[in-house]
Amino acid sequence: MTPINIITSIAAPLPFPNIDTDQIIPKQFLKRIERTGYGDFLFFDWRYDLETPDHVSERKDFVLNKPEYKGAEILIAEKNFGCGSSREHAAWAINQYGFRAVIAPSFADIFFSNAGKNGIILCRLTDDEVATLLKLCTENPQHKLTINLEAQTVTDEQGFSAHFDMDPFRKHCLLNGLDDIGLTLLHEDELDSYETKHNEEFWVAPKALTTT
Amino acid sequence: MSTETNNTPQVVAPRTLFEKVWQQHVVAEPAGEPTILYIDLQLVHEVTSPQAFDGLRLAGRKLRRPDRHIATVDHNVPTTSVQDRLVIADQISNAQVNALRKNCAEFGIEFFDVQAAEQGIVHMIGPELGATKPGMTIVCGDSHTSTHGAFGALAFGIGTSEVEHVMATQTLPQSKPKTFRINVEGELPYGVTAKDIILDIIGRIGTDGATGYVVEYAGSAIRALSMEGRMTICNMSIEAGARAGMIAPDETTFNYLKGRRFVPKGEAWDLAVQNWASLVSDEGATFDRELHIDATKLAPSVTWGTSPGMVTTIDSTVPSIDDAPSEADKKSFSRALEYMDLKPGTKIEDINVDAVFLGSCTNARIEDLRAAAKIVDGYHVATTVRAMVVPGSQSVKHQAEEEGLDLVFKSAGFEWREPGCSMCLGMNPDILQPGERCASTSNRNFEGRQGRGGRTHLLSPAMAAAAAITGHLTDVRNWKFHSKVS
Ligand code: SF4
Repeated sequence: MTPINIITSIAAPLPFPNIDTDQIIPKQFLKRIERTGYGDFLFFDWRYDLETPDHVSERKDFVLNKPEYKGAEILIAEKNFGCGSSREHAAWAINQYGFRAVIAPSFADIFFSNAGKNGIILCRLTDDEVATLLKLCTENPQHKLTINLEAQTVTDEQGFSAHFDMDPFRKHCLLNGLDDIGLTLLHEDELDSYETKHNEEFWVAPKALTTT
Repeated sequence: MSTETNNTPQVVAPRTLFEKVWQQHVVAEPAGEPTILYIDLQLVHEVTSPQAFDGLRLAGRKLRRPDRHIATVDHNVPTTSVQDRLVIADQISNAQVNALRKNCAEFGIEFFDVQAAEQGIVHMIGPELGATKPGMTIVCGDSHTSTHGAFGALAFGIGTSEVEHVMATQTLPQSKPKTFRINVEGELPYGVTAKDIILDIIGRIGTDGATGYVVEYAGSAIRALSMEGRMTICNMSIEAGARAGMIAPDETTFNYLKGRRFVPKGEAWDLAVQNWASLVSDEGATFDRELHIDATKLAPSVTWGTSPGMVTTIDSTVPSIDDAPSEADKKSFSRALEYMDLKPGTKIEDINVDAVFLGSCTNARIEDLRAAAKIVDGYHVATTVRAMVVPGSQSVKHQAEEEGLDLVFKSAGFEWREPGCSMCLGMNPDILQPGERCASTSNRNFEGRQGRGGRTHLLSPAMAAAAAITGHLTDVRNWKFHSKVS
C-alpha cells in the first residue's frame, strides 16, 4: 500500500444516501480473477447506456462523465455509503478510477474496512458539513478541497474547515502504507500459543469429529 | 477443559453472548491497535477468493490452517442443468471456477465442486455439514456470512484483503463492535414468517440502523423459530448494516446439529453441548442498545423500493415521498419510485409481477420450499409469470425431491433448478430483463441487483409462491389452499 497524507483536488458530488456496492461495481465485473482493471467499471450502470450488449455510451448527465469533474480525487456522497455486499472490488474500482478519498456522513462497515486496506481515506463529516460541500462542489466544479490525514481535516481556500474522526491505528497504517498481515505476524508467538490451547477446544473446531 | 462451564470464576460481570464468543477468541490485544481475533472457520467461494490466493503466492506465504477452510462454488455456476454446470459456457465464469479448483488443490482446502452432494450456497453448506457450530468465529468473503450467527457463532463478511489475512494467519485484526439486542416477543400471527420479522426490523431501524453493532435476536418469537427461520433472520442482519447477527443456541440448535458430518460424536457431543449451552447472554448483561418488537402485531412484509429498508406490509399502499423519514431519504424515495415504476397510493396487492424467484441463502432451505409448495399445490403459475425454484444446496434439492416437492412445483409450471445463487444477484445467466418485475425471496432489492433495469420485491417464500399463481403481490393470509399435503 502506498502511504497517503494530503490530497488537494476538485471533488465529484454524488448526492444520494445508501449508495450500495452493486451500484459502485455491478456483479458482471466480479467474475474477473485479477485485482486490477476495475476503474472503468466504477458506477457502470449509472455511467453508461447499454446500446447493445457490447456497445456502451457515456451518459452525459452523470457526474463522472462531465468534463469539469475529470481528475477529481475526492468523491462526496450521503449517508451509509458502500452498503451491501462485501466485494472489495468496490474499493478497487474507486481507487483504480483515481479517487483517493470519499467524504460522507457515514459508511457501511465492510466497505469501511475494505477502503482502509486499499489506501482510500474515508472522511466522516456531519450531515450539515457534507451538505455544504455537496453544494459548493455542485455549484462550482472547480472548487478545490484539501484533505489532511495527519491533521484529520477537510478544508478549502474559502475558509471551510471540518474535522473528521479516525481510528489512530488505521491512520497510522494509511500514513505509512503498512501491510496488515505483516503487523499481525509480529504477534506470531502469541498466535502459536493461543492456537495450541485452542486446538483442544474441539467443540469450536470446524471439522472435529470426536475426541476419543 | 471446558472453558465456559468450569473455569470461569462466578464473580465475573454478566456478559452477553457476543462477549463470551469474542473473549474466547482473543489472541492478542496490542496497545493502540485492534484486537487480533482467532478465526475458527473460513468459508471460501469462487468470486472473492482468487485475488486472495494470488496475494498469498505473491508474498510467498503459506495457508496457515487448510483444515479451517471449506470451499464451494455457488455465485457463478449455471443452474439450468447438470451439463451446463460441468461445462460452463461463459468463459470468464469458467475461469473463475477453475481458479478455485486449482487453488484448493494447491493449498489443500476441502472443496465441494459443482456436482458434489455437499455443494450449495456457501451459507447453506456450513450449517448442513455441521461445520457451523455455536461459539465459533466464522468468516467468508461474503456479507451474508451473518447467516451462521443463527447458531450462536460470531460470523461476519469480509473483503478479499481480509480473506487473504485469514488465510495467512487464521486471525483478523478487529475493533470490538457494540452490542444491540432486538427482542421479538409474542406469537407470530398466521401467515407471518421469519422473513417478515427481519424485513420489519430493517424497515424500522433503517439499512444503517445497526451499523457498528452485533445484533442479538432474542425473545419468545425468536426462540419459537426453527433453525431455518433463525438463519433467515441472521442472514439479513447485514441489510440493517449490522456487523453480525446472533441467536443463542438452544435445544432447537442442538437437535439440528446432532449427527451432522463435522459435529462431535458420542461423549464428545455431550461435552460440546455442555459448552454450547453456556453461550447465552447472562441475566443482567447490558447491551449498548435494545429494541422491543411485538410479534403479534406483525403482518406479511414486502419491499416496494430499491433498498431493503423501503418496506411495507402487503395490506398497505405504495408510500409517497412525504413519508420519507428525512430529507436525504426523500431523494431516494423519489428515485426508487421512478426506478420501480410505482405510483404512491397504489395498493401493494395490485402490483403485477413478471417473474418469481424462490431461492438464495435467505430462503432456499427445505422449510421454505415446503411452505411455498403448500401454496402452489393444486394451482398453476399465472400465464404472465416466469417462475423458478432454485434450491439453496444439493442437499435441499435432494430432500425436496424425496418429498415430491419438485413435482408440485413442476406441475404448477415452475422451473426446478440446480443449486446456486442464481437470480439473487444474476452473476450467472439467470437475470431479469430491463423493466421486468420480480417477487423474490432473496435479500437485496438494489437497482439492477437481479439484472440491469430489473425491479425486485423482497418477500417470504409463501408470499412469492402466491404471487406466482395470481400474477400479482398477494396477501397469503387469505390464501385458499388446494393442497392435500399438510
Ligand atoms: S444467495 Fe445471494 S446473497 Fe446469498 S451468497 Fe449468493 S449471491 Fe450472496
